[in-house]
Amino acid sequence: MNASPLASAGVSAIQLAAAVTGGPLIYGLMAKVRARAEGRAGAPVRQPLLDLRKLAAKEHIHARDSSAVLPLAPLVLIASTATAVAIAPLISTGPALGRTADVFVIVFLLLLGSVAVALGGLDTGTAFGGMGASRAMTIGALAEPALLVAVFALSLQAGTSNLPGIISATLAHPQWTASPERVLALAALVIVVFAEAGRIPVDNPSTHLELTMIHEAMVLEYAGPELALVTLGQAMRLALLLSLLANLFFPWGIAVTASVPRLLAGLAVLGAKTAAIAVVIAAVEVSTAKLRLFRVPEILSAAFVLAILAVVTGLVMP
Amino acid sequence: MSAALLLGSLGLGAAGSLVGASLPARSRVLAASVLTTGACIAALAAAAGVLASGGTVTVRSAEVLPLTGVTLSLDPLGAVFVITAAVVGTAASCYNVGYAAHGGGSRAATALLPVFITSLLAVPAAASIATFMAAWELMALSSLLLLLTGHRRPEARDAAQWYAVMTHAGAAAILLAFVLIGAHAGGQSFAAIRLAAGGVPPAVRSLAFMLALAGFASKAGAVPLHVWLPRAHPEAPSPVSALMSGAMVNLGIYGIIRTGDGLLRGGELWWWLAVVGLGVVSALFGSLHAAASPDLKRLLAYSTVDNMGLVLIGVGAAGALAVGGHRVLAALAMIAALFQLVNHSAFKGCLFLAAGSVQHAAGTRDLDSLGGLLRRLPVTAALFGIGALSICALPPFSGFASEWLLLQSFLRGFSAHGAATATALLAGVAALALTGGLTAAAFVKAFGIGFLGQPRTPAAADAGEAAPSMVAGTALLAVPCLVLGVAPGAVVPLLARAAATLPGGTAPGPLRAGAGLAVAGSTDVIQPALLATALIAGLGLAWGLVRLRGRARARRAEAWGCGRELQTARMQYTATSFAEPLQRVFDDVLRPDRDLDVSHLAESRYFEQAIRYRSRIDDAVERGAYRPLTGLASRWGEVARRAQNGSMHRYLGYGFAALVVLLVVLA
Repeated sequence: MNASPLASAGVSAIQLAAAVTGGPLIYGLMAKVRARAEGRAGAPVRQPLLDLRKLAAKEHIHARDSSAVLPLAPLVLIASTATAVAIAPLISTGPALGRTADVFVIVFLLLLGSVAVALGGLDTGTAFGGMGASRAMTIGALAEPALLVAVFALSLQAGTSNLPGIISATLAHPQWTASPERVLALAALVIVVFAEAGRIPVDNPSTHLELTMIHEAMVLEYAGPELALVTLGQAMRLALLLSLLANLFFPWGIAVTASVPRLLAGLAVLGAKTAAIAVVIAAVEVSTAKLRLFRVPEILSAAFVLAILAVVTGLVMP
Repeated sequence: MSAALLLGSLGLGAAGSLVGASLPARSRVLAASVLTTGACIAALAAAAGVLASGGTVTVRSAEVLPLTGVTLSLDPLGAVFVITAAVVGTAASCYNVGYAAHGGGSRAATALLPVFITSLLAVPAAASIATFMAAWELMALSSLLLLLTGHRRPEARDAAQWYAVMTHAGAAAILLAFVLIGAHAGGQSFAAIRLAAGGVPPAVRSLAFMLALAGFASKAGAVPLHVWLPRAHPEAPSPVSALMSGAMVNLGIYGIIRTGDGLLRGGELWWWLAVVGLGVVSALFGSLHAAASPDLKRLLAYSTVDNMGLVLIGVGAAGALAVGGHRVLAALAMIAALFQLVNHSAFKGCLFLAAGSVQHAAGTRDLDSLGGLLRRLPVTAALFGIGALSICALPPFSGFASEWLLLQSFLRGFSAHGAATATALLAGVAALALTGGLTAAAFVKAFGIGFLGQPRTPAAADAGEAAPSMVAGTALLAVPCLVLGVAPGAVVPLLARAAATLPGGTAPGPLRAGAGLAVAGSTDVIQPALLATALIAGLGLAWGLVRLRGRARARRAEAWGCGRELQTARMQYTATSFAEPLQRVFDDVLRPDRDLDVSHLAESRYFEQAIRYRSRIDDAVERGAYRPLTGLASRWGEVARRAQNGSMHRYLGYGFAALVVLLVVLA
């Protein structure tokens, strides 16, 4: 697709705005589903956005022994996630820089954000920060390979690692979505999304119990605007992962031309798709217990094996 | 012109060594460093000329080595290795000025460092068996002696022993391989061997390649021949560590490419599958140990094993694809491997030099005794950070560009049909993916525990910034991490010339010209410069948003300690505790040694007096494969000692018995 630079930039801007507002709304939606399933009324869906506004207005407080890394880490998280959101084909196959939207770039941009937050956790010089960073990096070290091999399987099938290319190829070959390698890669990616987004079988985003915290322990020392950035970055990450999951395995509805009605339709469809996935994830969360930390590697290695099997299936099956 | 530069470089190196040996203590380090830097710059200029023109520079001299003479010939493949060695060599000599000022500037060390650097420049230019082996041995011996400059520490003596045995066993294997091919080819110059290689019987070729592979893979630190590396690299003086990891291990890779692709013209598929296999095992083993190690320099050494594994996977894939006749795919894999190698030299050299500054400043390289160094060594910490981001393959740093290219070469490589090649590539993808995550964990640990938080010991609290020359040397290697990351398009096309060493000659370029990196014949492209711009814009925008409201300075407050008043540095996570979950997950491979001593109070068994916990990770390969061998050797030594009791009568008896046996045999 050869859209004008202005239109491409517009697409990126819409995607960014959608992730900034949509990410927290997904959190709100999942909390709402959970509350309803537990028989509570729950907070309004827009509650996370209100929380962010409240946090942003507070003063900056840093831990006494922290260095410049502590305030820098949330900025890197936001910048890397925003870059990934801006280049990824979410509502249209032609965002700005979309020509360079390689799946491996997205994977390593996500890793950049994780590394930054882990270093922020270690910078506090407390037991909690170190504990969270250690656990998060352990899980990340195991989730990363599964993610990389799963997207490698998708690239192998489409013959390109270019994300718009993969999505366009899927649109051209609808039978691919039911092919064994897609299904295996989907299974691996779903597990990885749970791990990367810190959702329940892996991590519990609403706990503050010492023994079970992972992400929350790492960001325990953040307050005020910096906490808002970390939370927003995490929410944007979830929005990005869910949108990519939706577009890679069910790409219909994505805009292939840059006309305004098409883009709006693409935005609406993307919103509906991610909301649907979010509801399913929330339902899974309600019905499962959090795994013990040392059981998590088992499901992540299962994801890795599934991803390897996806590659093998793609090679063996014509 | 290039020939003169090449000779001039070797001459300057020799002069540097002489100056280092003869001048008084005050001036020798600086003078030797200046001359060595000159040697590096001359070699760099010669190699850059070769790489830019794509030609070959040849120098012959009958006088230097008796009987055989010296033949030097620099082609584009050799030029890549000369350039990396020259850059790391320049940085190390610059660094050594500050490093030697604090007791490291003995006459021997100052004289040997130029020899080591010059031999690193000479090996890739050697073009006959005798020249190659002379340069190779010079490199091995000078580095061994440099390692022995720390002979007062038992660890260094131990490391030197391992290194001496491994490097000489390796050199013997390489020599045997060369002699085998040379005898069949009827000449000892590389040019003659290359012409005659086709006529050598396949069994001899395979045997020679396997011998050469064993020797060179041991130099490159490939598992299971790596045992010397995690001992020698940490124990060597820091500039030497950087040279070993940044330049010397590369020459192992160089030897494999030169022998397999250059001299033997490709060979059989199974050779290259073996290379991929070595690479996969090394990458996984190295990254796991790097993630688990609490010793900063040992971590870096294991990460060298890991990175050389990745390079071997690329080289092996290139060889296998070339055997199958896929020239463009082979060239892509070779370019990716060479790019990874060049990047590794820059970031690992930078990391080792920065680690040396840390060791110098805090007196230890044990991460569990460091901490809070970012505020005490800000520049060194920033340079270490650049190296760490680069090695973790995070965009827009250089490691990302080369790992992307490796992934691309695997992705394309699958289109070459063949079950064996596909299996090897699949193993390569899996290894690359697994090492990615583990490397990130290892370097978050190294940076986060070493440089962030509170200092864990008084020595770490009193540490100060390194000398300006040390900082400059480290910074020199941090520059390529940024430049090659943001503008890989400037360098990578040149590597295509080096990849023409592959059998089949110059393939049509597998990369498209233009900004960033683009694979020809596909839509796959990365533009790291744009990514970097986007990231910086994002950073700026987020920073502006945060600073828009509220006071400019943040209020400092006590960290949350579960309501306790007291927070001490001992409550922080250490490197050991950071790595504990990963260690537990990979318990079967790492097999850590754990000891728990609990002593109780005399009054009651219900109250503990002291708890002592010790955990230590030994190299499982060393324990499993090498300890029995060394045990056997020392038992033989015992037997031999009993036979030699110093009695003159017994020796006369031995002589008589030998004479009788000889006569009986001859009769």
